[in-house]
Parts: sequence; C-alpha cells; structure tokens
Amino acid sequence: MTDQPVGRTAGQTHATAYDEATRDRLAADAAAIAARYPQQRSALLPLLHLVQAEDGYVSPRGITFAAETLGLTTAEVSAVATFYTQYKRHPNGTYTVGVCTTALCAIMGGDAIWEELVEHLGIGNDQTTDDGAITLERVECNAACDYAPVVMVNWEFFDNQTPDSAVALTDDLRAGKPVKPSRGANTVVTFKDMSRVLAGFSDGRADEGGDAGAATLAGLQVAHENGWTAAPYGDEGTK
Amino acid sequence: MTTTLTPVLSASWDADHSWSMSSYEATGGYKGLRKALTMQPGDLVTMVKDSGLRGRGGAGFPAGMKWSFLPAPDGGPRYLVVNADESEPGTCKDIPLIMANPQSLIEGMVITSFAIGCHHAFVYIRGEVLHATRRLQQAVAEAYDAGFLGKNILGSGFDLDITVHCGAGAYICGEETALLDSLEGLRGQPRLKPPFPAVAGLYARPTVVNNVETIASVPGIVRGGASWFSAMGTERSQGHGLFSLSGHVERPGQYEAPLGITLRELIDMAGGIRKGHELKFWTPGGSSTPIFTAEHLDVPLDYESVGKAGSMLGTRALQIFDETVSVVRAVTRWLEFYKHESCGKCTPCREGTYWLVEVLKRLENGQGRPGDLEVLSDVSDNILGKAFCPLGDGAVSPVQSGLKYFRDEFEAGMHTPVDVLFPPEKSSLFAYTPRPNAQLAGVH
Repeated sequence: MTDQPVGRTAGQTHATAYDEATRDRLAADAAAIAARYPQQRSALLPLLHLVQAEDGYVSPRGITFAAETLGLTTAEVSAVATFYTQYKRHPNGTYTVGVCTTALCAIMGGDAIWEELVEHLGIGNDQTTDDGAITLERVECNAACDYAPVVMVNWEFFDNQTPDSAVALTDDLRAGKPVKPSRGANTVVTFKDMSRVLAGFSDGRADEGGDAGAATLAGLQVAHENGWTAAPYGDEGTK
Repeated sequence: MTTTLTPVLSASWDADHSWSMSSYEATGGYKGLRKALTMQPGDLVTMVKDSGLRGRGGAGFPAGMKWSFLPAPDGGPRYLVVNADESEPGTCKDIPLIMANPQSLIEGMVITSFAIGCHHAFVYIRGEVLHATRRLQQAVAEAYDAGFLGKNILGSGFDLDITVHCGAGAYICGEETALLDSLEGLRGQPRLKPPFPAVAGLYARPTVVNNVETIASVPGIVRGGASWFSAMGTERSQGHGLFSLSGHVERPGQYEAPLGITLRELIDMAGGIRKGHELKFWTPGGSSTPIFTAEHLDVPLDYESVGKAGSMLGTRALQIFDETVSVVRAVTRWLEFYKHESCGKCTPCREGTYWLVEVLKRLENGQGRPGDLEVLSDVSDNILGKAFCPLGDGAVSPVQSGLKYFRDEFEAGMHTPVDVLFPPEKSSLFAYTPRPNAQLAGVH
C-alpha cells in the first residue's frame, strides 16, 4: 500500500509523502522516540534511523516527515543526515557488507578481502549489486580488532574472515540464505529491520547468539589457568 | 613474571548468559548500588576521588574530580552521559563489555547519577554495533523491571531514567562535546571549550561525560572501597584496566590487569608474537598515540611512564605489528581514517589530513618526491596544537612517531613501492596471492 521510494536519479520524481496509514504509524513511533528525551530535537538521529527502517534510506519524504515532526526545516534535517555515514542518500541494499580496512584489519588481511569482494561482486565502495541484495562498503575501525580481519553485515560481527569466507558469505546473502554472525543474533536481519533497532525499538533478539567470543575471554582464561583473581571486595557473603 | 591479571569487569564474562540480570546478581551485581544508596552523594564523589580512578576513554582525567566540577545544584536538571562511541582504531573493550555484561555499566550509571544528582542519564552508543545495542536495550528494560531504574529506586526516594541513544557513524562523536551536539540532534562537531560540559553540557546544563569502562568500574569501588581499587596499579595510575591486544600475537583479546603491567608481560600471556616472527612496532593506546618499538617492551603501561617514554596510555589499545609490516602502509591507512573522520569544522585538521594522505599515498606507491618527508613534518606541525579538538593531534601521532623511528622506510618511498619491500601477503593472517596492480585504499 506504500508507494515504493525511488532513488535520486536525474529526472526521476520522488514519492513525496507517506500515505495516511503509514504516516499515522510513523507518527506513533516518532512520538515514542521523542518521549525518551527532555528536548525534542534529540529525537532527530533515531528518527532518521526510523526513516531508514521504512524506506531503506533517508528518503526525501522521510526528511520532510522528520522536519515536520520536530519543527525543523528540511535543510536542517538534511544537514544532519549528510554528516553521518550510516545515513544513506540512495536506496541501500538489503544487506550492507562492510569490510574493515583501517590499518590493523587492512594489514591482517582486510585489504585482500576488500579486493576479493570488489572483484567478486563487481561493485565498488558504496555501490549496490543489481539484485539489490548487497551494498558494499569499506568501513572504519569497528571495535573488534582482536578478531581481525573483520567483516560487518548490517553491523553484526563476522570475525576472523578470509577472502574465501567473505565470498561464501556474500554468495549466501545473494541466494537469500540465512547467515549467522560470529557474535550476534542467530541470523542477520535486513537493513530496514536493523535500522528499527537503532531507532530504539527492540526486536527481542538480545538473548540470541550465545556467550562471548574467544578473544573476549582470552585474558580471563589465562587468569583461570594461573589461579589469578583480583582481591576480594570484602562484602562477599553479605546480601 | 611479576604482574598477574586482575579480572574485575571481565570476571563474569564467561558465565552462562553473562549479560542477563539473573547472572549479574548471582555474581554480586547491584551490591554496590545497595551500599551507595545508604551513603551521602558527596561521600561517593570523595570515595571515587580517593580511589584514583581516571577516565578510561583515553584522556585519563580523574573521574571523581570531573564529578566534583559540577556547580552546586540550582534546582535544574544535571545529566550523566556515557560515551559508548568506541571508535578509536585498536580500541575494542567497551563493546565486548556491553555485550557480555551491560548491567555493570547500568549499575555504575545509577551510582554515579545518585552521586552527582542526575535523574536522566544517557548512553551514546555507536550505531555500528547492532548486537551490543540489543543487549544494552534489554539490560535497561531488565533494570527497570527489577526496580534499579525508574521511580524510588530500591525505596531510596531516588529516581533515574536511562535513555539508550544510537549514533550513526562518526568517529568524532567520541569527542565529548561533539557527542553532546550529536545527542542534541545536530551534526557531531566539537564545541569550543570552555565552558566545559561540567558547567554547560547537554542542553547547556551541568553534565558529566564518562567512558563505559570508567562508569562500569564504579560499583567495584563502592563495594571494595577506595583502597581496594588503589591497591592495584602504580602510585599515580591506580586500579584495573582492560588491555586490548590485537594484531600479530598468538592470542589477541582482552586482558584485564593492574595499570603498570608491561607489554612484555602481556605478550607472554598472549602466547607470544606470531610464531616465527618478532615485534616491530605497536601502539600503546590506539592509533592516536605515538607508536612504540621493541625498545619499549618494558615501559610500565601507566599514564606517567608511557608519557615519559613519548606516547600516551590512551585506551590501552595495543595493536601489535611484526617485522613483515610496512610502517608506511600502516601510517597511510591510519591517516586515511583521520581524513575520513575529520569533521571539517577546522581548517588545520580538514585540509591537513587531506594533504598528509596525498603525500603518504605517493610514498606508498614508491613515487615520493624530493621534500615529501619535510612536507609531512611541516603539515603535522601545522595541525598539532592548532586543531579545534584532539582529532587533529591524534592524526599526526602516527606520522611523527613513524618518521621518528622508521624514517628510512619513508625515504624508500621515493623509489620503491611498499608492497615490494613488504609483501602484504606476509603480514596477512591467511595465505593468498596478491593481485597485480591491486587497487589500494583511497576511495574515501
């Protein structure tokens, strides 16, 4: 029932507004977001995540919606949307595949993984495969250096990757098979579903994915093997 | 080996469902809060001051002192904002902490809020860590259900709400005033200081901004007392800290130790440098801290000793590179990071990082021109101390320290490509055959 948003290709026209039902639903979500903050404007970042959850990118009608909701101009909203790399200015693939190529991951193999995926997928940075499945990105350090080289799919961790594992991962994504992160939910959700979580709406999957990874526990394991502990607090045994 | 590990924050990370409220309470969780609520807020601030806890987000500012800078209550709101925008290259401790034990952060937030008179606290978490966000959202919900958040917490009369706020991809938002602008719904650009956030922070109200690990350390200090915490570490760098080893070590990961442990000790615990290789260079605290070499293996990793040796403790992000790695390649990648992440607000950082990358890429391709090394030094001098915020200072750290210790490798960039001198397949953690004329980085 929703008009599908289209990209900003020259000469194309945009769907400029949501239909009434969609708008009501988004307005209810927006009200829930705004209620989390003492001042309304703080709701802008989550609102833009919400727009991406609806349209798969920061669409012109989404910018208008955010501006009207918060009493801002569309220019003010666009100024913010263009500052942050996670906000997409054209329709994103179902999955963002991000290869970390900041120094440490790059050297541990991220550069090689990147080259492999560029060749395999036939697209470059911030481009999307023709089937709309994958948007490929070089990403900056994603706080998982102890699992280098790292690939992120819709911001879930795929640790200790190789060119072969990354190719297999993208093949599965394009074939519509579920893929499981190294440390994350049981399956990777779509870009839109992910964006809704980032807007602050829980998807109930926090308990999925099991316990911490090996590198996270590396020091604790050494401590256990050697019987090392910090001094007791002194309140053990009390309530 | 003289130093042993002291798991405190990480002690329960291997428990079944360690992120759940039931698991946290089974290991003593929220004992710190129960005790704190019987104390005077001012005494809590004093206790944290006495413990010697310093900010674990990189700058190392004493936490209790930061809290004490808030002006006297005037009846208006005061805020606590937790910086979970972990993005400094090499830094990978706060996200695993949130994944494995988000309740330790929340308990620390409730105690800190009680101490500073805050009734609405925020966690600003980077937007690129979906599962950590899920765990944090659930942990906040569980804490409300258990009565640790909301109205009249544990019958104390103290009220607190916590909002989890996701960023959207911007390293600069780890700088505390850029973070506050971002949280206010603006472009995340740093503010001129003063006024400092303690005086005019979120919504121009008194605000404490602290790192995840800093706040998560607070419940233990309340439980054990200031002297329990300060018994760990060195005279001026007290307590426990997460040391994150990455790169060419056998067992990379999180090692929680007293401040003052050495890299030699940590590498030994991590099973040594990659088999058949040796240490060449490393960062003590992320890419914004000047690199060290094998001669610094025995520098105690505390604020003072690392500073005296010419770098900074930073976030204890120990990125380890062996002899197969080109310093020019690493420095170029780091500078591409800073160029990409420079917010553009000030000219030295915006233009300087651009030109540093231009010159470095020439050197990486073996096409350096006479005078290029002098240009690197000159541009660095024109950024350092002249940028609006520490991002610019951080950007020149790899360049200046790289030139200091490995100048000959930069000079080789006048005539020989990096991948000839240092074949990349020797550094990677898997075997592969590089493509001829592979398109190197630089599409940012």
